[in-house]
Amino acid sequence: MKCRRCRGKAVIDLPRHNSAFCPDCFIAYFNKQVDVAIAKQEMFFDGETVLVAVSGGKDSLALWDILLNQGVETAGVYVDLGIEEYSATSKQIVEAFATSRGAHLLVVDVREECGFSIREVAKHTMRTACSACGLFKRYLINKIAVDQGFQVVATGHNLDDEASSLLGNVLHWKEGFLARQSPALPSTHPKLARKVKPLFRLTERETAAYCILKKIQYMVEECPLVRGSTNLMNKQALNLLEQSSPGTKHAFYFDFLRKRQNFRADEFVLSSCEHCGQATTAQTCSFCRLVAEVRAKTCPPAAANQDVRQNPL
Amino acid sequence: MRVMIIQAGKEVDLQGCSDVQAVLAKLAINPETVLVLRDGKLITKDERIAETDRIEILPVISGGGPRIQDPE
Repeated sequence: MKCRRCRGKAVIDLPRHNSAFCPDCFIAYFNKQVDVAIAKQEMFFDGETVLVAVSGGKDSLALWDILLNQGVETAGVYVDLGIEEYSATSKQIVEAFATSRGAHLLVVDVREECGFSIREVAKHTMRTACSACGLFKRYLINKIAVDQGFQVVATGHNLDDEASSLLGNVLHWKEGFLARQSPALPSTHPKLARKVKPLFRLTERETAAYCILKKIQYMVEECPLVRGSTNLMNKQALNLLEQSSPGTKHAFYFDFLRKRQNFRADEFVLSSCEHCGQATTAQTCSFCRLVAEVRAKTCPPAAANQDVRQNPL
Repeated sequence: MRVMIIQAGKEVDLQGCSDVQAVLAKLAINPETVLVLRDGKLITKDERIAETDRIEILPVISGGGPRIQDPE
């Protein structure tokens, strides 16, 4: 197979674009997709430092690498979820990457912040580990951004992530979620940073190829708590469709973006959580409610109540 | 040829597969969910495979690798 751009020997084929690329042309293609994403969605503004959420996986490290290469001012933030060997290894990988690039890295340890790990949340509540993990990461990363003056958080969500979320929202007709699903979310409260997803035009097969070609070491092993997630099922369904009809994921998500304004967001007023002050639609935010629930089941009653009131974080 | 599936930690011997596409088909792996490497380098689906080659199949889907079926 020959490279579509230079006719040299291809190393990756991309059926959705009816293309194949050699290493250099693939990296050029990848960079262009990120450039287009950032420009079209107006993700960054002059003079601001971007907080990049890094997990040690291929997507977040590819994102941090490309932003550093493009000269974007960044800092990384890693959330240690306390998932034994998995967290220890992913943290090592992120720290090694930051050191090798001379990049600034912030580390948040869930056990130090809350007193328990994600595994314990899943054990003591009705939430799945993936749901608790998503809530904790969104909350802690946004809190760090706001507390330390970052106006924008960039995550490594890719086309597969966005298309599978979209499928989940469509299957349950979550119109409010559909109205808010976007590769660039504005700040709607003084304590909410902007959220952007510069890899939304690229599949995870492409981000993995980028890491291999750029020799970026990433966490190949999957989280031991992830099996059976709905998001994974949606990805498998979409990849079956993609196999028989290349371009399906791209068309599904990009056609949605063109029609997104047809969905109406639920009307709600954001206020400040009575415990931690972060943005919420309720009196107490989801994070503080979940922390209180776990503490109530793992601490003596008096201590649990006191903790939530006096030490939300 | 020897095929190693990185995430599953599994190695299988395959016979009669002339290219990458045939290997993936024999293992019932969706090409959209993996990258294939030989000697640590990416190769495309039409790449010819020799009986003496050792190739690696790297799952790329966050949240779980492909289900590997026995070739027999």
